[in-house]
Amino acid sequence: MNPDRRQFLGWGAAAVAGAAAVTTLAPGFRLIELAQARSPQEAASKLQRWGLLIDITKCSDCDACVTACHEENGVNSHGRSETDAQWIRKVSLRDKRTGYAQTLPLMCQHCEHPPCVDVCPTGASFKREDGIVLVDKHTCIGCRYCVMACPYGARSFVHETVSGQKADVPRGKGTVEACTLCVHRVDRGETPACVEACNKDGGKAMAFGDLNDRDSAIHKRLRTEPSSQIRADLALNTGVRYQGL
Amino acid sequence: MMRIAAGIVAAVLALAGVADAGEKQLGRVAVPAVKIEKGGACVAPTGEMRRNHMKMLLHQRDRTMRQGLREPRFSLKGCVDCHASRETGSVLGKDGFCSSCHEYAAVSIDCFECHSPNPQKRTAARP
Repeated sequence: MNPDRRQFLGWGAAAVAGAAAVTTLAPGFRLIELAQARSPQEAASKLQRWGLLIDITKCSDCDACVTACHEENGVNSHGRSETDAQWIRKVSLRDKRTGYAQTLPLMCQHCEHPPCVDVCPTGASFKREDGIVLVDKHTCIGCRYCVMACPYGARSFVHETVSGQKADVPRGKGTVEACTLCVHRVDRGETPACVEACNKDGGKAMAFGDLNDRDSAIHKRLRTEPSSQIRADLALNTGVRYQGL
Repeated sequence: MMRIAAGIVAAVLALAGVADAGEKQLGRVAVPAVKIEKGGACVAPTGEMRRNHMKMLLHQRDRTMRQGLREPRFSLKGCVDCHASRETGSVLGKDGFCSSCHEYAAVSIDCFECHSPNPQKRTAARP
């Protein structure tokens, strides 16, 4: 190996180490984007559609996603399961003939054609440009039409006075709420709390990503592996897809 | 004699001043004492903030909710972060920045039925 070649390799190694450390070549130019957060001045756009892919063959009896969700969003139980808000829950399925049992997390499916939005009399229930279905609690009158319209039972009504809300997640009595896909985290370029918890403490069953981005891992998996929607017959084109159902 | 009378008047005024420490007199009307925790510039001059803060918040709330624009300038979180009381950690309560004025003006304040009146806890920067 002549000195020039050795030196060249040295530069290369230094550059790789440097890039790995900061991934910055010049201000504003990165080899790897650190996060895909929009700037706060940039509105949510139709170019993106956020979604989840949940592989329920990896989903076991744990409830890390539920705990993490309710912790992140300040959803507390009053010990009254009939009326407590549920943003996400674990559903158990069992084939009566074979006895084969499965469990899966179920939350707002962030439909492309959400029935909750269709029925809302005040326009409080709406779909954001990037596909996240939300309740604008400023205009929600608590009529609960959306609770009845949702085929997934994903929405909850807040029956009791709430205190100790998280700064990012306002919640109040008399309004309807549901999974927001952790919109405050997504806007910061992070993944939803359930996905983070599942990949840390759970069975690594949940993946989050942009369903419109051909280069995203979730798009690649949806393109190459079988997946299904719950109640696909309703043609709602859900943003949450399941595998192994 | 005049000196003594002046002395008594001054003493009475001083006592009244102590008793009235919570409220400033402006003519015949008591105005609320607004405690501003963090000095320095607000997002707009004080006069404009007093008259128009609700319009700014209303406008920003729809932009944030509907379009996902989380501009820090007129965010309610920003108000709370700066103006929450050092003692109670809240903008509500007797001398709370929001509630002191709103109680005085008898204008109900609905923001904190849902929104947190406490500044968000600072989380350590993510690695």
